[in-house]
Amino acid sequence: MTQMLLDKVFRPAFRNDLLEAQHDGARIGDLAFSTDSFVVHPLFFPGGNIGSLAVHGTLNDLAMCGAKPLALSAGFILEEGFSMESLWKIVCSMRDAVGDIPIATGDTKVVDRGKGDGVYINTSGIGVVPHGVVIDPSSAEPGDVVLVSGEIATHGIAILSVREGLEFETVLETDSAWLGPLVDAVLQTSHVRVLRDPTRGGLASTLHEIAVSSQVGIRLEEAAIPVRADVRGACEILGLDPLYVANEGKCLAIVPPEDAEHALAAMRSQPLGRDAARIGEVVADHAGSVRLKSRIGGERIVDLMSGEQLPRIC
Amino acid sequence: MKYIDEYRSEQDAQRLLTRIEDVVTQPWTLMEICGGQTHTLMRSGIDRMLPEPITLVHGPGCPVCVTPVSLIDHAIEIARRPETILASFGDMLRVPGSDCDLLSAKSGGADVRMMYSPLDAVALAQRNPDRSVVFFAVGFETTAPANAMAVRRARDLGLTNFFLLSSHVLVPPAMEAILSDEGNLVQGFLAAGHVCTVMGYEEYEPLAERFRIPITVTGFEPLDLLHGIYLTVKALEEGRFGVENQYKRVVQREGNRPARALLDEVFTVCDRAWRGFGVIPASGFGLAPDFKAFDAAIRFPLAGEPAPECAECIAGEVLRGRQKPHECPAFGTRCTPEKPLGAPMVSSEGACAAYYAYARHEL
Repeated sequence: MTQMLLDKVFRPAFRNDLLEAQHDGARIGDLAFSTDSFVVHPLFFPGGNIGSLAVHGTLNDLAMCGAKPLALSAGFILEEGFSMESLWKIVCSMRDAVGDIPIATGDTKVVDRGKGDGVYINTSGIGVVPHGVVIDPSSAEPGDVVLVSGEIATHGIAILSVREGLEFETVLETDSAWLGPLVDAVLQTSHVRVLRDPTRGGLASTLHEIAVSSQVGIRLEEAAIPVRADVRGACEILGLDPLYVANEGKCLAIVPPEDAEHALAAMRSQPLGRDAARIGEVVADHAGSVRLKSRIGGERIVDLMSGEQLPRIC
Repeated sequence: MKYIDEYRSEQDAQRLLTRIEDVVTQPWTLMEICGGQTHTLMRSGIDRMLPEPITLVHGPGCPVCVTPVSLIDHAIEIARRPETILASFGDMLRVPGSDCDLLSAKSGGADVRMMYSPLDAVALAQRNPDRSVVFFAVGFETTAPANAMAVRRARDLGLTNFFLLSSHVLVPPAMEAILSDEGNLVQGFLAAGHVCTVMGYEEYEPLAERFRIPITVTGFEPLDLLHGIYLTVKALEEGRFGVENQYKRVVQREGNRPARALLDEVFTVCDRAWRGFGVIPASGFGLAPDFKAFDAAIRFPLAGEPAPECAECIAGEVLRGRQKPHECPAFGTRCTPEKPLGAPMVSSEGACAAYYAYARHEL
């Protein structure tokens, strides 16, 4: 749906070179500029809330451009009657999440009761891209290596388990976090062609977008993709494919083969990248599509998912 | 992960493939009953790893797929009533009725809730005493006990605002319909392990006897399926028929007795219309006379005539194993997961959805 709106409405209407780059943020000279809106439900979940998510989301979009953040903006749409106590908690967690990066401007609107879901937050950010860093989602080349910074699908399952009241034996926390330091570490050691944080739509959708915009194929090894055992278990029970489940605080990096070992070691040297793994490679065949070697050695397409994954009946 | 990784080992898969290659000498057509099995086959690539002589066709075991359009229309009609909440498993929400699906009914204002357990729908009815909660009970024998449990719970709680719109279907009558068909191609079945977990496999023995075919109760992991295929092909090559149990770690011959007793109490076997098959006698569960007060079909009868199935969709041919999804002229063009003509293209257990998602590059 979102893809359809982008293709049929927003891109045709707003057409310009910056937008056409289809990156997590726009690159304007040495600046990177990004915006994101947050409508997550529930507002509070294990390991975070809508506030920390809104900060990490935009900071990570900047990080995916290779940029160091300068400042953020924050816009709040509050539903009339929303509890001050909850708002305070959300704002405090935003303050903690930004650290010393200023939230330099903002906006507040209140809508009638029943016309919002408590609070919606928009954040935008600008950052500076260090000289010589060019991260471009259309620059993946055959032979490149695909790395992921850690275990996938944790955030989506953590949210789902609270939203739907699913009780598992362990409490799953979101992995929402700022990836800036991890990205810096990788950029210092290696040439990086593509960086993306696979949020909504998960790893599969993001890799699919990269394959299309770079006009290359991507081959994944199912057995190499890190997924926590409890998250895998939840996905098995619910009939969800972890490849399509949302992440926060994880990034994909596509690097030339000669830089792969350095980049992986740099990721693993960071607290957020301890479980980083090499999960696949870029190939010249099947341009524009992602294929996966299954655990038992078969092969299948990893397609774009239409709509959200819905849990199965049995 | 325990109970998962053991059944997805590449080495063991290769070993089983070699055993299948060693035993097969001529072409055989097998049908896996369950849509969950179809998806495992396609997702792990087994269909494309098997030796040439073995053809897999995909059975009717996708409850969403065999639910007729008229029943989906009925659910949508109920959902649109101001006094009702329609609760359903997520799988049902995108299945096209004659003019829309439940998700679009929801965006048009109908109160449709996605549930993970029918017992949650009972709790929803408790919390909303001034609304009627209708649970759209779709499924084979696997989900029937949980739905039966929900109805019994509602009765025990004295609820008068909980109803079941039953679309329960049974596997053996569908197998019989397939085998009795003149154009039948199926020579051996992989029976659905989860259905047999509840029902056992006694009821398959007369079928195997009468039609002189092997039926192998099979699990859902890649190695289960390879093992099930091996056992079935071996039986065919040796000229044996009868029921074998591959899924011994879960299934017992007599099934789950308490679950079966619950089914006997709450449901009664009835005739049921199947998408693509028409009415199959004694092929579904309806509520037993003692539980009729919970029957949504009685409380909220369908207004008007039931709509016909989409003429272009060949779901019936696919669900009977007579055609493969990609042999449909609309496959991937006029019928996609975004704009499905029929349920098999959207259900997470649908064969068309599996072909589209995992293998359309090779078709």
